[in-house]
Amino acid sequence: MSRLIRMDGNGHTTLAEWTADDPASVEAAVAAFREELELGSIAMVTRGPGHADHVRELPLDEQLVIMRRPIAGG
Amino acid sequence: MSAGALPELASVYWRPRMTAERLRRRERLWTLTTLAHVVPFVAVAIGMLLLSPLAAPVSLAALAHAWLIPELYARRGATVTRSLTPAADGPERVSLGLLGDLVGHDARELHARTGLVPEPGRLGTWLVGEAGALLVAGKRVSCWCVRATDPDDARLPSGDRVAHLLLALRSDEEGFATVANLAFSGARWRVRRRLPKRQRAALDAVA
Repeated sequence: MSRLIRMDGNGHTTLAEWTADDPASVEAAVAAFREELELGSIAMVTRGPGHADHVRELPLDEQLVIMRRPIAGG
Repeated sequence: MSAGALPELASVYWRPRMTAERLRRRERLWTLTTLAHVVPFVAVAIGMLLLSPLAAPVSLAALAHAWLIPELYARRGATVTRSLTPAADGPERVSLGLLGDLVGHDARELHARTGLVPEPGRLGTWLVGEAGALLVAGKRVSCWCVRATDPDDARLPSGDRVAHLLLALRSDEEGFATVANLAFSGARWRVRRRLPKRQRAALDAVA
């Protein structure tokens, strides 16, 4: 089971869960992913220690996709 | 670290992308700035004493200035590691759980003690906090002010703040250093003494 989560005021919120063999769950996850992007979030996938990638499409084969807010210099 | 460019770079399009070479130049500039503040005051202190021993109080005041001005810069730099107002207990716990999943045991333990997460990079070793990061390279520390923008309806808990910066750093280290504001760069000892006591252990751990 893969998860799409968003870091927010609650710590994090699970937006969608999907398995590749369940088209309905995939469709819902893709919709949730796109909605978050439209709200200005940035999608990240961790690739082991010290590595992370910014993704623009929901990577269906990843276990965890994290939506974060943009960062800015203080 | 990944080679993908940080999306936030679009918001600072006028800044040249940070590289190791650019960083060294900016570090040298900080050193020159410090010297420009210190040397004239020390020269005045010596000159006044040579002119007249009665001018010793003026010499002491000049030396105090030579000491204090770099200290004030270092103090400003050290504030990038400050902790922000925590969220409620529940969100704080949840966010720390997620952050714990992103880092190894040693980093988790150091964060619990100091509030800073160590992250090795190409430019040096980073210590990531809630509202900024320290970049430790040899005997020099650069202090970067950068933070996650809060969602409209709530403040982010501390673990999420660190995780935001950590993920951005991991995806594009040079982009991260481009987006962040360099608040200070100078000697490690100078920054260390301005840090809260519990955070000094983090600096010692990566030095």
